Amino acid sequence: MSPSKDKQKVKKQQALQQEFQSIAKRQKPKPPLLRNVCVAYAVGGLICVIGQAISKFYTTLGFSAEDAGSPTVATLILIAAVLTGLGIYDVIGQFAGAGAAVPVTGFANSVVSAALEFKREGLVLGVGAKMFSLAGPVLVYGTVTAFVVGIIKACLR
Amino acid sequence: MGSYLTAFLVGGLICALAQLLFDLTTLTPAHVLTLFVIIGGVLSGVGLYEPLVKFAGAGATVPITSFGHQLVQGALRELETHGPIGVLAGIFDLSSAGITAAIIFGFVVSLIFNPKG
Amino acid sequence: MARRKCGAQTLVFHSAPKIMSAATVVGPLEGEGPLGTCFDVVYPDQLAGHKSWEACERAMMKEAVSLALSKGGLTAEQVDFLLAGDLLNQIISCNFAARDLGIPFLGLYGACSSFAESLGLAASLVDAGFATHTLAAVSSHYGTSERQYRFPTEYGGQRPPHSQYTVTGSGAALVTSAAQAGKTQAVTHFTIGRVLDLGIKDPYDMGAAMAPAAADTLQRHLLDTGRTPTDYDLILTGDLASVGRNIMLELMDLAGIDIHANYDDCGCRIFDREQQPVFAGGSGCACAAVVTLGSVLKQMHDNDLQRVLVIATGALLSPLTYQQGETIPGVAHAIVLEQIEGGAQTGNG
Repeated sequence: MSPSKDKQKVKKQQALQQEFQSIAKRQKPKPPLLRNVCVAYAVGGLICVIGQAISKFYTTLGFSAEDAGSPTVATLILIAAVLTGLGIYDVIGQFAGAGAAVPVTGFANSVVSAALEFKREGLVLGVGAKMFSLAGPVLVYGTVTAFVVGIIKACLR
Repeated sequence: MGSYLTAFLVGGLICALAQLLFDLTTLTPAHVLTLFVIIGGVLSGVGLYEPLVKFAGAGATVPITSFGHQLVQGALRELETHGPIGVLAGIFDLSSAGITAAIIFGFVVSLIFNPKG
Repeated sequence: MARRKCGAQTLVFHSAPKIMSAATVVGPLEGEGPLGTCFDVVYPDQLAGHKSWEACERAMMKEAVSLALSKGGLTAEQVDFLLAGDLLNQIISCNFAARDLGIPFLGLYGACSSFAESLGLAASLVDAGFATHTLAAVSSHYGTSERQYRFPTEYGGQRPPHSQYTVTGSGAALVTSAAQAGKTQAVTHFTIGRVLDLGIKDPYDMGAAMAPAAADTLQRHLLDTGRTPTDYDLILTGDLASVGRNIMLELMDLAGIDIHANYDDCGCRIFDREQQPVFAGGSGCACAAVVTLGSVLKQMHDNDLQRVLVIATGALLSPLTYQQGETIPGVAHAIVLEQIEGGAQTGNG
């Protein structure tokens, strides 16, 4: 085909694609933004309140306010792990979106759900190898950030 | 540190911001959470996250942003005590509980339960 | 001699290969849906005592095939060829089911268009005289496709309203050249589709990704056969679901072809989107298969439908292509089912 016919074909294709994209965009149902944001706020806030209560509990056991942080996080992770195992956390997640994903309970759910799902491939190659398939980026980029910040601080000294 | 009210207000706000990103952008949850960890780390590095923790308590320590904060603080504390090599050695000092708990409980739960689909 | 191919993409089966028998096996959600009574077997849960989702899907396919055979009064040894497809990497459901069935086997991959692909090819082999009996089968499963394409099933992610729910199930059809007594449904045409990609990137937006291919194949089919939409009692797409269905209607309106009166989609029919947590509707190979073989054949037998066009649609992405930033190509294949009286041939040209 001659170059000008090729060009025409490409142009036609692009026009078709643009028209289709606008149809697809128009037909795509919009997520209920207000409802989603409010529910995420409420559920996320509630999980933090629960965390606050757990933290207060540990201070009554003798932990200082700062030291209570570790057992609090561990407790929340345990709760999320069990809820994931019971098949409840995914329901909470569908309901609350970021309200369930952003707290550390969401991190726990991503690790536990992967471990659960891939246990069919065995403890080593399934559970062991794929446990962090969802949570990996958080670990990697958190570490990279800490390293970069640390190096910058070291240079500024 | 913090109160029930401030924990709810700040923690909820962080989640609400993430939800806006989920619904209004093409970023996946993995991208948004990674972004939040980085933001937490950067805020920690410039000294803004610790005051937030004092104000909001669990509202700042429970969201995933706190993980970035813990990693940065781990690096910085080792930097103080052991110099630049501390940046490598200390990153996981403060977040050890969270990572260990996730691995251990993930492993145990996978032994006991099965996915329901 | 009558032409065996009309137009550019449509095969004509003058011998009218007949669907001798068919069987459908589904999961609990499909069994609770509006077409629940049309299916042969409903599993109580997604595992049904098997050791993995994959093992359950395999068992569903084997059961569908075995049931189709017993309904048709044939043994596996009497079937010339098995053509089957599913959604999993390396189509393991079909491969392992075929291993246990022992029928000479061709594995196919058309994503969710595999139903039309397998039935069309099965009919082709019979019509061309290469086989007397062939079996077409497909399967899909919510658990297997979630863990392969998206996330672990217990992951608390929030799905957008336009996402779809993979149908758990399997459908198998036994195709024969042998004359059948009484009413039977024959496969008379098979339009093989082209792959189209109009730039959809969102893997949850499959209906939009596949609709252009469906529209293209439908137009091609009508052009090749010289037919109009009103020549069909029902035009069904495989799994565009509610969003893709609306896009399909708009695309056909743009093409100047009115299908509003007799068009529907299997993904919209298999679930009750109000009562069941299925978002935009059903998807998966089994969607088109069980709706066609369970519900449509029944309606045809009851004389509610005489001639049906089924356009199974497939989204040809993989998790890898999505991660590498590619868009989603779609394909759609069409088959025509026509009710005939025992022994009669259809008079099409």
